[in-house]
Amino acid sequence: MSDTIISTQHLTKRFPGKGKAPELTAVDDLSIEVRRGELVAFLGPNGAGKTTSLRMLTTLLPPTSGSARVAGFDIASEQAAVRASIGYVGQGSSGSPSQRVRDELVSQGRFFGMSAAAAASRADELIESLAISPFAMQQVMRLSGGQKRRVDIAIGLMNAPQLLFLDEPSTGLDPQSRANLWQHILELRAQHGTTVFLTTHYLEEADRYAERVMVMDGGRVVADDTAPALKAGLAGDAVEIRLTDPAESERAAVVVGEAFGSPIAAEHGVLAAAVPDGATRFPLALARLADDGIRVAAATCVPPTLDDVFLALTGRSLREAQDATTAETAAPQGGPR
Amino acid sequence: MTATPTTLARPAGPRPARDTWLVLTRELRPVIRDPFTVIFSLLQPLVFLGLFSPLLVAQSGQSTPEVLSWFLPGVLVMIVLFGTGATGSNLQYEMMFGSHERTLVAPISRSALLVGRSLKEIVPIAVQSLVIVAIALPFGYRTNAVGLVLGIVLLAIFGVGLGSLSYSLALATRANEWMFWAVQQALIFPLLILSGVLLPLDGAPGWMRAVASVNPVNWVTQGERALLQGDLGSPEVAWAFLAAAALAALGLAVGIRSIRKSD
Repeated sequence: MSDTIISTQHLTKRFPGKGKAPELTAVDDLSIEVRRGELVAFLGPNGAGKTTSLRMLTTLLPPTSGSARVAGFDIASEQAAVRASIGYVGQGSSGSPSQRVRDELVSQGRFFGMSAAAAASRADELIESLAISPFAMQQVMRLSGGQKRRVDIAIGLMNAPQLLFLDEPSTGLDPQSRANLWQHILELRAQHGTTVFLTTHYLEEADRYAERVMVMDGGRVVADDTAPALKAGLAGDAVEIRLTDPAESERAAVVVGEAFGSPIAAEHGVLAAAVPDGATRFPLALARLADDGIRVAAATCVPPTLDDVFLALTGRSLREAQDATTAETAAPQGGPR
Repeated sequence: MTATPTTLARPAGPRPARDTWLVLTRELRPVIRDPFTVIFSLLQPLVFLGLFSPLLVAQSGQSTPEVLSWFLPGVLVMIVLFGTGATGSNLQYEMMFGSHERTLVAPISRSALLVGRSLKEIVPIAVQSLVIVAIALPFGYRTNAVGLVLGIVLLAIFGVGLGSLSYSLALATRANEWMFWAVQQALIFPLLILSGVLLPLDGAPGWMRAVASVNPVNWVTQGERALLQGDLGSPEVAWAFLAAAALAALGLAVGIRSIRKSD
């Protein structure tokens, strides 16, 4: 069994422009590799190309150019084999609105070639483990957002896939449901070593759960590493020291600069800098200031977030990019996503 | 979860017949769970039967059983036109809901997704036809048993065609709900009026009769009338089956093409 479960070579998707709109390159020359058992997150604002990439990898969308192998099969020439090997949870609801939850799970299992008995027992297994029992006999359209999401995951797992794709799995869920969802995903990995590939625009989620974060922007992967490595490589801790007396700025800058081992900017009594390993040097700097009789009014040291990483990589804050594109992409559904 | 995360082997090669059966039974399950929905959608044809028949009686001077014998087959055609003709909206809803996408990622044949859905329409058509006939019996309505069975077969073939076209319209209009209904309504009402379901076309202007003569719904209506009146050997019956079969062939061809190239 190969160690690589997803590999793409120059995968590209262009959508023809509609009317006066220019051609849109949604995914631009994507070449990535995912190893078996990894939990990888595509992080980026709406319109970055995350979902389009996922839709190509799951055979929902043919690429314009380039190629990819998923679970050992070519996404263009071996679609049926790819579909049989993967689980997929899209942004929408996977269960048909008028179906009862358990009926739908069984039907979906049958689609994967399972016998009626095998599908029923697998459905009951997932109903148990995802705590679906209380609403297993309800119609999908009557479920709450969190309940629906659990059913989506169950449908995605009916064929016990070796690779699970999740497109924005926690969008629209309340914090409690999000935490539950993640608990289920993590349990799944712990028990079966399932490879999980997901997209998210929640920084905290990618930071906390993903073993590897691929930052996407404008159809390209602009960084690919573990969250700590991304943060360590691109930004230090954000340190800010506010002096009681602005007149002491220059003197303070010298003292603090020595403590940090790097120069620090001082303006109007505020010293601010991104300092590698700032958290451990911070107390020393404050102690030196005290020794020299320079009074400090306030001081903060904040570890970097993936947003700082995104900012450093793209020159924009992810949150701002998010707000901007949400307005742009309030276009009709069904078009390029 | 005790199953191991190995891919469950799916038998090699496409299995369109099995896939179609799976889609068909899945689509029927909610109908079986909530059979009342099938009965509830009879409200509209019942309104026509209850409120329009008396007008026809008054207008024509015929007895109620005589009027029903002419009007009821048309009401059955109307059930298919309005019910099955609107079934694409279910698919459209599932496209927006997300569940249609999920079935596209499942390893089943795309054409089975359409054909199975269209074949499912046969069940409500048959049940609704029988209920309408049963309701009309106390009012003196009488029909021919063999003719009724053949009449339901005719409506089923017609329904599969119309259902497929309705699904094709949903696939073409995607998330534009208003567009689906605009096109649907723009077609359904002329087709209904130009099929002589509500009033005979005998006295209609020449151009209307000309259009009606190429309206397959008109042919189906006339055949349905002949069958339910027990005139099984009339040429109208043969023409009706031909029109319904042609519509079914066209509908399935267009539908399969649409779903294969949809994403």
